This record gives sequence, structure tokens and C-alpha cells, in this order.
Amino acid sequence: MLNLFLRRVLVAIPTILLISVFVFALQKLLPGDPVLAMAGEERDPVALAAIREQLGLNDPLPVQYFRWLAGALQGDLGTSLRTGQPVTQLIVQKLPVTLQLGVMALLIALVIGIPAGIISAVRKGTVTDYAANMVALSGMSIPNFWLGIMLIMLVSVRWQLLPASGYVPPTQDFVQSMRTMIMPAFVLGTGLAGALMRHTRSSMLGVLKQDYVRTARAKGVPERRVVLKHAFRNALTPIVTLTALLFGELIAGAVLTEQIFTIPGFGKLVVDAVFTRDYAVVQGVVMVTAVGFILMNLVADMLYILLNPRLRSA
Amino acid sequence: MLLRVEDLQVAFGATQVISGVDLAVAAGETLAIVGESGSGKSVTSLAVMGLLGAKGVRIAGRAEFDGQPLDLTRPGGTAKLRGDQIAMIFQEPMTSLNPAFRIGDQIAEAVLCHRSVSEVEAKGRALDIMRKVGISAPERRMRQYPHELSGGMRQRVMIAMALVNEPQLLIADEPTTALDVTIQAQILDLISRLQRDRGMAVVFITHDLGVVAQVAHRVAVMYAGRIAETGSVAQVFDDPQHPYTIGLLGSIPSLTGPRTRLTTVPGSVPSPAEMPQGCRFSTRCPFAQPKCAQQPLLREIAAGHRAACHFAPLELNFGAAA
Repeated sequence: MLNLFLRRVLVAIPTILLISVFVFALQKLLPGDPVLAMAGEERDPVALAAIREQLGLNDPLPVQYFRWLAGALQGDLGTSLRTGQPVTQLIVQKLPVTLQLGVMALLIALVIGIPAGIISAVRKGTVTDYAANMVALSGMSIPNFWLGIMLIMLVSVRWQLLPASGYVPPTQDFVQSMRTMIMPAFVLGTGLAGALMRHTRSSMLGVLKQDYVRTARAKGVPERRVVLKHAFRNALTPIVTLTALLFGELIAGAVLTEQIFTIPGFGKLVVDAVFTRDYAVVQGVVMVTAVGFILMNLVADMLYILLNPRLRSA
Repeated sequence: MLLRVEDLQVAFGATQVISGVDLAVAAGETLAIVGESGSGKSVTSLAVMGLLGAKGVRIAGRAEFDGQPLDLTRPGGTAKLRGDQIAMIFQEPMTSLNPAFRIGDQIAEAVLCHRSVSEVEAKGRALDIMRKVGISAPERRMRQYPHELSGGMRQRVMIAMALVNEPQLLIADEPTTALDVTIQAQILDLISRLQRDRGMAVVFITHDLGVVAQVAHRVAVMYAGRIAETGSVAQVFDDPQHPYTIGLLGSIPSLTGPRTRLTTVPGSVPSPAEMPQGCRFSTRCPFAQPKCAQQPLLREIAAGHRAACHFAPLELNFGAAA
């Protein structure tokens, strides 16, 4: 099993390197000159050339790439062209905010999606099933920004129950942190809850038809236990894998939600950086996101192996 | 009689698949239910187990187990007996065990569902029964997962699981069909031995007449959801009275005597949707007459030997033709 894990990790390394090449090349291909952006009003060719030389932009591209890669491997993703802050520091500041949002959204999605999926599989073809499917479909089809704006209008503006924007770290004031984050997490989680519900439902429907479920019933196992233990344990494998993968998408989806609720997270960082042509930040954020995505894939693979006795002994 | 089922009717939606089936098994007896695919033999056994729980299934009929009335019409009716007094093993050992749990836990669970014993005690009983059904190195097997076992070994595990609570009745639905011939013989021997040791009743569902002759005391031949003929193994094999039974027996190759072309029953079982009126075998029967448009009753021909044919006994009605 360790062998299998190790192999997966080794496969991830070239993928990450490939992505780093893409990210670097993309930055070079983007329109706009960072030196001009940095220089501001300065248009003196001599000064511009000096900045260029100082940033090492006259070196051949491979040299620039390896310099950047060497830095990145040591945790140095360069400095923000706009604020002069190290990119790594910016990311370390903003990432926990987005992670909190993502984890809360995921929890909401799991708590809604999995039970709803199980119930609608067990009650297949009944009113309950249709209702759950309708809700799931709406959850997946309603755009986040619309739901977010509606919730702000209703909950924050009209009922004045929750704050419409802002961020409080949970370490500072846990209750207030939850109050500010619950609405964006709900908005972000609904789409995922719908997807999870649909996947849980189809996975459960497949498993409930299996011979071993009939065996469990023949043993006299109570129906509740047949569903929750014998069937769900087997339906879980694809669900867990999917959840790990969806979590990556969730973080990507956070960009929009953070904009709506003006949460100072990762998404807001990258949007602001794109608008101000702060390429070092864009590059760093994209790289970290990509690595995160690959890590989630790795986690998904490993969970799949752990949950599957057939692979565990391999 | 340990189990008595009378006038069992099963319908999937508008389609009647089992019509008026009577069954009776005494303690210590093996009843074989024989028939082609689609004859309704598995559906009958699943109905007795209360495992036809799907939507749109309607079950009617009277049943009695060990002197107590048994409600087959709803899935909960047999819940208490299932896995305790009535146990079942299935055709497909490869897919009948849960791949996510260890063998020992799956057997012990059957104990824990019906007896108020500790987990340690349940595991102990699991180990005991594994030894009795001939699973080698049971301590090690207990901790293994189903995929680590061969098909024959898995069927032994299924048998262990079924027998761990010492049931009075075992329903075996084609338990050897998916196994190699040598393993088949071992499993049949095992079931017979355990039955003798425990005085257990067995309902053995099969399409294999060789198996019937080997294990059963009595046999019920099913055709298209009805019983065509029933009697002791000797009566049905030596003196078959229903044309369908005769056809089935004719399709067994014989090692002695002159080599002849194997006879087959022409055609196939009619689908429940286009069931012929009257005798359901009439569309394939070489003796069919206009009278066969009426449903024949299951009539007694000799003590315990009954056949559902207007012309039984055939020797009397057709002379040399039979």
C-alpha cells in the first residue's frame, strides 16, 4: 500500500513541474508590460532599462524560469509589483480565510447532500425523491452571485440578521467569525450539496441492487443498518473521491463568492492582482492553487485506496 | 410440517409470476424445487424469505412456520425469522459477500442481529461454524476480506453465515451453479452432512436434475410460475407423469445404453405477459389436446405424487405413446 502511495506522489511531481512551466509562460504571454506598470509615470527609457535589468528581465527565458523555480522551491514567490510585499507572505495571509470559507462550505454541502442522497435513493420514485432532486437541481443551477445578492438583500438588509460583508478571524472572535462566514459558505456550499446529493443517490442506487445487500437482509440485519452500514459503506468510496476533487473546484469557485461578500481571501487577492497587472502575485496564486488542486487529487487517490480493501492489500 | 405455504401468488405490477404454488417441508427433509430459468423457483424462495421487497410487488397466500402463522404479504412479516430460524444461501458467492467488511465480522453480525451475546462470543461462534463448514485456518480467514477467498471458499462462508444461528430451515438457491464441478460436489456433501447432523430442513432450488437425485427427498417441478408435478424423488424420476417432467428427464445424457440424440423440450418458457390460457405447458407439449385450454388441477396420482396434467397418468391415457 505504501508503495502505491509513493508511486502516486512521484507521479504528481512532473505534473507540478509542467504546471510551473505553463504558469511562467502564461505570464510572459499576457499583454501589458509589468515594467511600465511598475514605473508609473516614468517613461525615461534609461530608467525603464535599469528596472528591466534589475528584475533580470533581459536574461534568456529559461534562465528566468529556473531562477523563479529555484525561488519558488525555497518558498520565495517573488515580490508584489504593486505593494512590494513578498508574494508568499500575501498568500499565507489570505489562504486561511479562503480555507475557512471552503471548509465551512464543504461541511454544509456534506451535511445536506449526503443524507438527502441516501434518503432519495431509498425512497426512489416517491415524492420525497422528486422533491430532493428538484432542490438539488436548483442548488446546482442557481448562480452563486445571484443567490449571494439575494441573501444579502434579505438576511442582511431587510432582516438585519447577519453582516453582509467583512471578515473576522475565528481566533479573534469565533461567534462573529461564524456569523460573517455562514452566509457566503452557504452560497458556496449549495452547488456542491446538489452535486453530492446526486452522486450519493446514484452511488447508493447502484449499491442497493448488489447481492451482498440482499445477503445482509437475509441475515436479518435491520433495514436501517442495511442501508447505513452495508450499502453506504460501499457507496462511500466514489463519494469521498468526488468530494476531494470538488473541494478543489470549491476553492476556485470561492473567487466569485469572496467578491460578492467582500471577503479578503485568496480569490479577492487574485482578482485584485489581475486588475492591477500584478503578475508576480497572479503567478504565485495560480501556482499555489494548482499545487493545491494536485494535492487534493492525491488525497482523493489515497482515500480511494484506504477505503478499498482490494487495493489496500495490493 | 415445518414450513407450509399454500396458494402463493406473486405479481410484479400487473404481471402475475407465481400462481397458486403450494409447498411443504418437514424437519430433516430436503425438498428440491426444479425448473428452467423463468419458472419462478427463485421468486418463490425469495417470497418465503420476505426478500421481494421492491416496489410494485404483490404477494398473497397463507404460510405457516413451525406451527406459527407467517405473513408473507409484507416484507416485515418474516423479519424476525430471517437469518435466525430460516436462512438462505445464494447462487453467486462472488458477489454475495460485502467487499468492505472482514469475513469474521460478516458472520458474527448474523449472530449479533438475533442473539444478545457479546461481540467476543459472536466471534467465537463464527469461528466454530467456520471450522464446521470446512474452512481451513479459520482464525486467519476471519480477518480476511472476501476478495482474498476463492469462490468455493466464499460459498462456504455463506453457508457458515446461514448456519451460525442453527436455523430450522435452509433455503439454498442454486448454491453450486457458479462453482467448479469438484467444488460443487464438496458443497453438496457439506450441505447434506450438516443437514443430517442438525435435522435441518432444506429447500434446494436448482435446474440441475443430477443434483436433485443426489440431495433431495422430495421434488417439486415448477413451470411458468406453477407447480407441474411433485412427489418423492423416486416417484418423479422413475415414473414422471407430467409431459414437462418427462421432457426435462429426457434432456439428461445417459452413460449407459445406446447413444441417442438428446431430447430437448422444444421452445422456451412463455413470458408472464403472454401466458397461454389453461395449461401453461400446452404450447410446448407433444400431447396437447383441445382440453388443455382449461387449467389442469394438481391431482394426486399415487400417495404423495401429484401432477397438473389432464391426462395423468399418461400410460393409461396414451398407452405406448408415453
